[in-house]
This record gives sequence, structure tokens and C-alpha cells, in this order.
Amino acid sequence: MLAHFILALRTAGIPASITEYLTLLRGMKEGVADYSVDDFYHLSRAALVKDERHLDRFDRVFGEVFKGLEPPEGDPGAEAAIPEEWLRKMVEKLLTEEEKAQIEALGGFEKLMETLKQRLAEQKGRHQGGSKWIGTGGTSPFGAHGYNPEGVRIGQDESRHRRAVKVWDKREFRDLDGDIEIGTRNMKLALRRLRRFARQGAATELDLPDTIRATANNAGTLDLKMVPERHNTVKVLLFLDIGGSMDDHVQVCAELFSAARAEFKHLEHFYFHNCPYERLWRNNRRRRESEVSTWEVLRTYGPDYKAIFVGDAAMSPYEIIQPGGSVEHWNEETGQVWLHRLTGHFRRSAWLNPMPEAAWGRYQSALLLHRLMEQRMYPLTLGGIEEMTRELSR
Amino acid sequence: MAGFRSTETYIASRDLEVAVNAAVALQRPLLVKGEPGTGKTVLAHEVARALGHPLIEWHIKSTTKAQQGLYEYDAVSRLRDGQLGDPRVHDISNYIVRGKLWDAFEAEKPHVLLIDEIDKADIEFPNDLLLELDRMQFFVYETRQTVVAKHRPVVIITSNNEKELPDAFLRRCFFHYIRFPDRETMERIVQAHFPDIKQELAREALNVFFQVRSVTELKKKPATSELLDWLKLLMIEDLPPEVLRSSDPKTAIPPLYGALLKNEQDVHLFERLAFLSRQRQR
Repeated sequence: MLAHFILALRTAGIPASITEYLTLLRGMKEGVADYSVDDFYHLSRAALVKDERHLDRFDRVFGEVFKGLEPPEGDPGAEAAIPEEWLRKMVEKLLTEEEKAQIEALGGFEKLMETLKQRLAEQKGRHQGGSKWIGTGGTSPFGAHGYNPEGVRIGQDESRHRRAVKVWDKREFRDLDGDIEIGTRNMKLALRRLRRFARQGAATELDLPDTIRATANNAGTLDLKMVPERHNTVKVLLFLDIGGSMDDHVQVCAELFSAARAEFKHLEHFYFHNCPYERLWRNNRRRRESEVSTWEVLRTYGPDYKAIFVGDAAMSPYEIIQPGGSVEHWNEETGQVWLHRLTGHFRRSAWLNPMPEAAWGRYQSALLLHRLMEQRMYPLTLGGIEEMTRELSR
Repeated sequence: MAGFRSTETYIASRDLEVAVNAAVALQRPLLVKGEPGTGKTVLAHEVARALGHPLIEWHIKSTTKAQQGLYEYDAVSRLRDGQLGDPRVHDISNYIVRGKLWDAFEAEKPHVLLIDEIDKADIEFPNDLLLELDRMQFFVYETRQTVVAKHRPVVIITSNNEKELPDAFLRRCFFHYIRFPDRETMERIVQAHFPDIKQELAREALNVFFQVRSVTELKKKPATSELLDWLKLLMIEDLPPEVLRSSDPKTAIPPLYGALLKNEQDVHLFERLAFLSRQRQR
């Protein structure tokens, strides 16, 4: 029974090992759990879960293994559980007549249903993180405004007992799961992850060998050699997509990285719209005065700066590959060229996309940029940032 | 088994009690994480009190090395003594400075050892303590002696999640994440700390407190310790509960907010919100 539980945990991606399993068994032998289900739940959680991001998954697995519960919503496998009829109602409520007409263009209602179903399943998890996902694309057939999935509860009872047995069912830790997109609450965690790669900067330490050498050279008279304390020398250059479809994300991004200022002594940021062209700016409110030529940015900041682009990459492909394709002005050179210049100049660069990875495929522009970035586009999730920091610090 | 329970001054949830008791019974370190101000450090004090053991505190800083917890060999002063011809120099043990772990291991009765904010230290720090915390022994190279714990101390480790801890280290610990208390628990906590608080004041203050917390844009959400500080201030000032009624838009910034909001951006945010709500009233 318990072995089965451990295996289920491992399948769910919780790194519980034999050591932890034995600890749990020993704990039960010592009578810590006291033959109560609640206490067993607490004990096994303390023994098997070592990261609060896994608590949610643990609750789900515990629920499945010991209660035979239905898999809670938000599971990849739970899509089918969303009732068709309810979806239909949802669509009617969501779409204007005009948009309904567009449905035909997209391949009819059935196909749309599939997308919506999929999107809703994804959104369930994501909304907890605080990002509004549907309606950011502009090209999305689901409309841009007024959709709030929070009001919808699937398969969850209204009244929950306060008892601990119900805790795993309530999944109170759900917004700490690592694969859910970053919201304001998860932001701190993600930030810490950036710190790790910052620490790998210059590592100069107090120089004992040199002291010994100097003392020996000095014929035994003590000669202390000091070296400067180690500093974090990682330099980060941040390019933030602003406006349009990014309105929902950019505050999150800016907060995230302005807080990083404390850690990165060299953190500079610039804004662009959809795709970087020949001009960037530093301040959105005073955009005209704060505009900087991209050439100047390339000249000012050396190749040792790590360039991070943050944007949802949702735009018309013309904005990337066509001169004059920008939605704002006439650009002599394509976004592609400018991106090449930037990524060519900075030795390490990456793109963070606040949209979920699964959705990139639906935007030609996202795939295009992904290719232009040489596959270094990462989702703006905790996991994505971790991958990015690994790539950037390589 | 004389276990750890909620006390008059510290309200522990059932899962925390189980985690502490499991760690004590199996003599494993207990790793406690949670939002700042939810009582991680206080937990160690309470556990020490509940078990009747003395507490040894080891506060970790960014410069702390694992070795400093065991012992330090003061080579520089020995070198200096050697050059000055001090007779102490012949005994190397004169230059071994004991660390907190050594103190805890050598003690005549079991201790509670608090390793506070382990995530502040270097990323390799937990790895360097693996064997020491597992076997509760270490070897002093300079004097060729092995220090073995007479009584295995109860080890409580707190982390603010600034760094990820290595898997090997986690595997040896019990883990508990202190969730932010819900309203009911919070009422019990307030009662425990201020038994003679006016019921009405406590209720209004909690209303304001949870309202403040519900503002998602806050940089630093006030936590339990901030609430307790604030209540103490309110009681000292002897403010009537009516002042806290937040339905009055003029007082949308809570009185004595300095205890709740810790940076000026948050205060600005609240001023703006108050301003907006006044506008709406008109």
C-alpha cells in the first residue's frame, strides 16, 4: 500500500526516495502518527515533501491513493471532465456575435471547443497565479475582456470541513506549484532563483595560500595578504515588451526585475513594443524624452551583459520579417535584423514569454522568435526562469 | 510520549505538532519554511520550552561557513604567538575555538539547536553539514579527536527560501511549511498574546489586517509578527475600536500603519487607494 503511494508520488514528480520512505516507516513504528488518518497525512507530508512547491501535488496524490478521489481539475487528464454543455454556455456568454462569425473562419465550433476546453483546463491552474490568460492575445477568438474563470468551480464542493482530512482535497498550497505561471505571490520565489545565478559571478576569496607564500618568502615573518571580498558582478540588461497584449504581464515583469535591482548591481532595462527595432525607451510615461537608439544601447553595454527579453511574442509575423512591419512606425530594417544584432552582440541572451509554452505553437510569431533566439525562449514560470538562468550562466 | 503541543503563547497547527514530534522521535532535523513573520524562529524557542531543553541559537549570515559551527582553528593568532615566543603556542588545542554544534554535542543534557535562516549562507553550506547532522559527530583534524554527541540535540532549521537547499540535505530532514494562519487561528493567536484585549478592538483590527493583506500589490504583506506589534501599539494608544471601522473612507489608511506597512511604496499605495475610495464616495 505504502510502496504504491511512494511510486504514485514519484510518478507525479515529487522526488521522494527510499530514505524518505524508510523515515516514514520508522516514524509510524515510533507511533508518531498515532493511527489517525490526519496525523498520518501530516507525518507523511513532513517526511516525504521537501519543497512547498510540491505540497499541492502531494495533496493530489494523497487524495487519489487513499481516498480514490476523482483526479482534481487542472490535471492534464481532466480535460474530458469539463462538461460539453457547460462549455457551450460559456462560449455563448463569452463571445460577441462578431466573434462568433470568426468561429467559422477558425474551422467551426467543434474545433473551437477543443481549444477552449484545453485552454480552460490550463487556465484553471494559471489563474491562481494571478495572470489573466485568455484575452491577452488580441488574435484570440475568445475576446479580450471580462472573462473571469474564478467564478467557475468544477467538481468542487461548496462546503468544506475544516478538518485536516479535507486539506489535501482543498489543495491549499496550489499557488505554490512550480509549473504554474508566476503571479505576484510566486514572484518572490522566482526572484530567488535569479539570485543563484548571480552568486556564480566572480568568486574571489580571502587568499590564504598567498599569505603562506608571502610569509615563506618573508623568511617566516607574518605577511598577511588580503584580496577584495567577492562581489556579484553579473550584469543584466532587460528588454521589456510593453503595451498591447503585454498590458497584463508587464507590471508583473517590472516588479519582478526592479526587485532584482538589489541583487544585480548592474541591471538596466529598456522597453520595446512587440519586437525591438531601432529605438528603445526607458520610461513609458515619458517615452518621447527617454528614447534611446538601439545602436547606442549596443555601444554602451558590453557583450558581457546578459540580455533578457520579456515579451509574449504575439504579433503579426510581418512585424518581425518585413521592413515597415511595425505597428507603430515605419521601420527601415526588420525586427529580425535588430534581434540578430542584439543577440549577436550580447554573448548570453534569452527570451522569457509570459504565455504558456503550449500556446506558443498557435502564434507564428512566437515560433519565429523562438527560432531567432535559437530555442532560447522560456516560459515565464518558475521552471522556465530556472532553465533560463542555467542557460545564461553557462 | 511527552510531545510538543500548542502553548498559551504559541498556537501550533496539528500538522506542525506532528512534524515536530516526528523530528524529535526520529532524531532528525526539522526544516521549517514559511512567510517571514509566521513564527519560524519562535518555534524553536517554544519547542525548547516544551521539551524543557536549553536552546542554542546559531544565526546564519551570508559569510557564515559550516566549519564555524563545528570549530575554528585560529592559525593567525598561533602564528603571532609563535613569533612572540608565547609558550601557549605548543598546545594546538589552545587555538581551537568551539562552534555552536560542538557546544550542543558536548552538552551534558540534550539541547535544542536552532540553525536560523540557513538559506542566507553560501549554497554549499548545507552540504558541508550533512554528515555532522546525520551522525551527530565530526572530526577535529588539528587535535585528531572525534567529537560525538553525548545526546543528539533536537535540530530546528529555518529557511526563508532565498536559496534552494540540496536534495541530499533535504532527504535527511523533516519538512514543514508554515502556512499563513486563517482568520480563526489568527484569533486564537491574538487571544494567546493579548488575553485582556477588548474583543471589539481585536475583531476590528483583524478585519483591517486581513483587508490590508488582501491587497495583492503589496511588496511586503504584513504577517503575524506585524499584527502583534500593531495590536500592541493600538492597545498602548488605547484607540477606540470605532477608529478602525474601515467603512469610513477617511481612515482607509489604518492608524499607526507604520507597524503593518514596512516600505514607502506600500504606504503610497494605500494613500492612493484611500484617495480613490474618497473620490468614489463623492
